[in-house]
Amino acid sequence: MMGIKAEGLYVSYGKKEILKGVNLKVDDGELISIIGPNGSGKSTLLKALSRYLKPSKGNIYLDNEDIYSINTKKVAQKLAILPQIKNISADVTVENLVSYGRYPHLGFRKRLLRKDKEIVDWAIEKTGLQKLRKRFVATLSGGEIQRAWIAMAIAQRPKILLLDEPTTYLDISYQLEILELIKELNNSLNITVIMAIHDLNQAARYSDKIFVIKNGQLYMEGSPNSIIKNNVLKDVFRIDADIYHDTVNKCPYFIPRKICIKFNAEKT
Amino acid sequence: MAENKTINKNIILILFILLTIISFFISVGNGAVKISPINILKAIFCEKDTVNHQIIWNVRLPRTIVAGLVGICLSLSGAILQGIMRNPLASPNIIGVSSGAGLAAFIILILLPEYYYMVPIGAFIGALLTTLVIYSLAWKEGVTPTRLILAGVAISSILRAGINALITFYPDRVAGVVGFMVGGLSATAWTEVKMIFPYALIGVTSVLLIPNKLNILMLGDEIATGLGLKVESTRFIFIILASLLAGSAVSAVGLLGFVGLIVPHIARLLIGSDYRFLFPASIFLGASVVILCDTLARLLFAPMEIPVGIIMSALGGPFFLYLLRRKEGVR
Repeated sequence: MMGIKAEGLYVSYGKKEILKGVNLKVDDGELISIIGPNGSGKSTLLKALSRYLKPSKGNIYLDNEDIYSINTKKVAQKLAILPQIKNISADVTVENLVSYGRYPHLGFRKRLLRKDKEIVDWAIEKTGLQKLRKRFVATLSGGEIQRAWIAMAIAQRPKILLLDEPTTYLDISYQLEILELIKELNNSLNITVIMAIHDLNQAARYSDKIFVIKNGQLYMEGSPNSIIKNNVLKDVFRIDADIYHDTVNKCPYFIPRKICIKFNAEKT
Repeated sequence: MAENKTINKNIILILFILLTIISFFISVGNGAVKISPINILKAIFCEKDTVNHQIIWNVRLPRTIVAGLVGICLSLSGAILQGIMRNPLASPNIIGVSSGAGLAAFIILILLPEYYYMVPIGAFIGALLTTLVIYSLAWKEGVTPTRLILAGVAISSILRAGINALITFYPDRVAGVVGFMVGGLSATAWTEVKMIFPYALIGVTSVLLIPNKLNILMLGDEIATGLGLKVESTRFIFIILASLLAGSAVSAVGLLGFVGLIVPHIARLLIGSDYRFLFPASIFLGASVVILCDTLARLLFAPMEIPVGIIMSALGGPFFLYLLRRKEGVR
């Protein structure tokens, strides 16, 4: 199987177990959303897949190879990640940032060759940042900053892109812009995308498949139509909702009605 | 525009190199006997028996070289740590270099004064051990900058308690250690040059080979991991390197306060945070600043000499306050 796969993944922070035996399999070219309530382990799952958090048990396979048995640079040539927490000095330009995406491909002297520069140009163009390439990233708007980071990630020329809440803190038009960009990268470059996202309607609209995480376990996986169901929304997010069908985008969407009382009773 | 920026940065670097050369001649040329740059070169390379040669070769040259090397070591150490910790206020003191070296030196000078010649090696070991202790205390499935800084503050305060206890119990023996505490370059000779040079050489070559790693590390641990950088081992290597650099400088000349904090900071303000430029800038600026401050320390109240540490702190303090006032603008 080509793609990324996790088997029996356990991850803890100190003594607290966050992931409790997650199995998942993502094939090349899929656009996956990971959804789940706060604290369910979405981000932790992404951090484990990106080898930032080492699992206490279980394995992760990238194209059938154990991710920890492969040289981390080799992994970085296939797998790019955009976490929520990023840090950038005030005087890093868009171009600088994007060129850092070439790091895993550079030789010992770490010089950008012409091929690398072409890829940097391509990534800047792909994300529509041509006019901003000399600007300091820190001076851009939220959506532009996110696009600059995505440009850095695709300059890695990865097969797989992991995104942790790529639309958080962005206004609605930037949210759409980023999701459209992600969808476009998925379509035109066949990059596998795995993103954690809070907006379930956006997850339903943009993904091929949705993974639902609840209490550190994979609760369910399936197409948007099979996930956006009353019983799932109630069980996982404890809301009652009216579900509709968006005929234009051909996906389900829902309007939340109220919080279920039932959930509180079974809370431990 | 980016080309212009790179050109500007190269010009600034060239200016820093010129500054270092000028500082060198000012420092070697000034003192009880004034010697012009040409005569300095003659005295070093051509003449062997003149008074000028004696003065320069035996007294001024080693001292100026030590000052330069100390400046290079401390400012590189600071530049590395500010990057590793992603904190512009990090300095060699954060990883316990001063407190560790200080306590070791105090123990030797106060409790075992007959072994005074062991101070440099003791201080060096003290600095390195303290760094390792701080690092291992901060370790918990990895080391984060915040935990490292907090562990550093805690350990340093414990060691300083030890220093203060020694001062309190042996007030009569304190006189000998004051020099070490403020840091000074008086009576430095070729021995000190030989002592620091290897570390300065290791430091300079290694930081010039790997500035990209620090640039990547500055983006955050998760991004750095994603780009295929071994974050933990890189950080460990850089911390040890920073400790070696600062430890060698401190053991040779005492606790020179602010160099490691200020110089990388000025360099960053002038040339930006890209380590491909920041490292060489810190090297040349560090050398110039310490050489010039030491010259000032020698000349200001000649023939009496002020420890260079006092000059550094007197100039460094106000600069630090200035940074605090405008900290929003700098990152």
